[in-house]
Amino acid sequence: MTLAIDWPQGEITRIPYALYTDPGVFDREMTRIFAGPGWAYVGLEAEIPSPGDFKTTFVGNRPVVVTRDESGDVCVFPNRCAHRGVKFCRQEYGHTRHFVCPYHQWSYDLQGRLRGVPFIRGVKQQGGMPADFERADHGLPPLVVTTRHGVVFASFDARVPALEQYLGESNLAYFDRVFDGRALTVLGYSRQLIPGNWKLMFENIKDPYHASLLHVFLVSFGLFRADQPSAVKMDDTGAHSLLISRRGEQKRSDATSDIANLREDLVLEDARLLDPVKEFAGDATVVMQTIWPNLIVQQQSNTLALRQLRPRSPLEFELHWTFFGYADDDAAMTKRRLRQANLMSAAGLVSADDSEIIKLAQDGVSRFRDDAAVLLMGGRDVQDTDHMITEGAIRAFYRHYRKVMEV
Amino acid sequence: MLSLDARAGLEDLYADYAARLDDGPLETWPELFTEECEYLVVPRDNYERNLPIAVMRCESIAMLRDRVRAVLETVMYEPRYLRHHVTNVRGRVREDGAIDARANFSVIEVLPDELPRVLITGKYVDRVVRVNGELRFAQKHCVFDSVLVPNTIVLPV
Repeated sequence: MTLAIDWPQGEITRIPYALYTDPGVFDREMTRIFAGPGWAYVGLEAEIPSPGDFKTTFVGNRPVVVTRDESGDVCVFPNRCAHRGVKFCRQEYGHTRHFVCPYHQWSYDLQGRLRGVPFIRGVKQQGGMPADFERADHGLPPLVVTTRHGVVFASFDARVPALEQYLGESNLAYFDRVFDGRALTVLGYSRQLIPGNWKLMFENIKDPYHASLLHVFLVSFGLFRADQPSAVKMDDTGAHSLLISRRGEQKRSDATSDIANLREDLVLEDARLLDPVKEFAGDATVVMQTIWPNLIVQQQSNTLALRQLRPRSPLEFELHWTFFGYADDDAAMTKRRLRQANLMSAAGLVSADDSEIIKLAQDGVSRFRDDAAVLLMGGRDVQDTDHMITEGAIRAFYRHYRKVMEV
Repeated sequence: MLSLDARAGLEDLYADYAARLDDGPLETWPELFTEECEYLVVPRDNYERNLPIAVMRCESIAMLRDRVRAVLETVMYEPRYLRHHVTNVRGRVREDGAIDARANFSVIEVLPDELPRVLITGKYVDRVVRVNGELRFAQKHCVFDSVLVPNTIVLPV
């Protein structure tokens, strides 16, 4: 099927608004991007520490089950019965030895292999499955799974390259900066249903230009500023990206003169809300990483979070936040992470700006389908930069997107 | 069981609380808390699994005032009206004289060009004490039933 998108060949400085609304585009994204050869984040090993532990989540809009089997391996398979398609597992997390579909009680083991089919031989020589019915032919087709330092990824497409190769050198290095092999502790969850196209979320995190303008809280407290040493890095494909910056001061400068609402006078009455301490090597105090197709890794001061995208339709997506720390954090560090979490997620003093903006962006693009977004800040190319006044990482994303989508 | 007077006092406190959030001024909302209060807005799943992340966490009246200021002066959001409905108020007097109070809440949100919708529902798990003769929240845990929220909870619950 061809897509009815008017988009000149090779163009990455204009993004047709139709990409944010078109059902045909969305269907192809679900197939090519989310069910294609990419590593989708599905969870942390710390969420399923013991054999028999499981969680449910999504790859794209497809529900999946993530388990730890008897041998300790992580398995991922579709959360839909091989028989009639029922989304059989209704719990978000739990512990079990097998899964039973409530409809006809087909049962599966922790690897998704079909174990039991009631009345398989019929009742009193009546009915039953045909003689050539093999349970082995009717299991839940496993996704390929990889883990790195406690983070679990899965793919519907076995052609996906090894994770290390997939991420590329710089993205792997920064991934390992947060996931350095230490045991992780899940601190909790938050979820938002954001009335916008999922790509707007990726664009937002690949866009350091907005962060130094929109986020008055961040800028006012110096957490992210245009005048701080910064970098934007991508892998060779442009699929993944890193925004790297460091904390500055709470004062005006040439660089902040364009920021209409910088609040130099903003002082916290209770400074414990924002009491960051250095915990990673190097000068960076904030690193925002996007990993194609569904993950944002956030390190802003001492808040560590994974944001998983679950597209629901062209017009809305869920953002699933998992906050975490390290098993060796002391009580003061945990407290610090919990307090700084005020900046993030469903009621975040910083992230609220973004979810509100995405809604307003969708409100605009949905009604002007024939128009296009402009991505010219920082030039027309997709090079890494050592500043944040650029939209290069968004251009790189769309260059890769066009290749994968053949659009 | 609370006395009728104590129950009426508690009901009045919740009504006052809702009015300050819904009709403002928002700056007066922290006045209903104690200096060392704990205010959390937390998904029920986290709360029941002892996962400590809250979407709002204030550990003093000063932190409540910081949140109000940050929301009013730094956050970009569409204008909106909220309407709190607090029901099933009940309480039990503790040995130290404080009241363990519980209530259900639902918050209706009205955005520009949209019909009213439920933002969140849940329960308050509160501890109420008397400060200079007035009832104040020493603890307010707003435990909401859905982890998933429609876009953003900008204003306090």
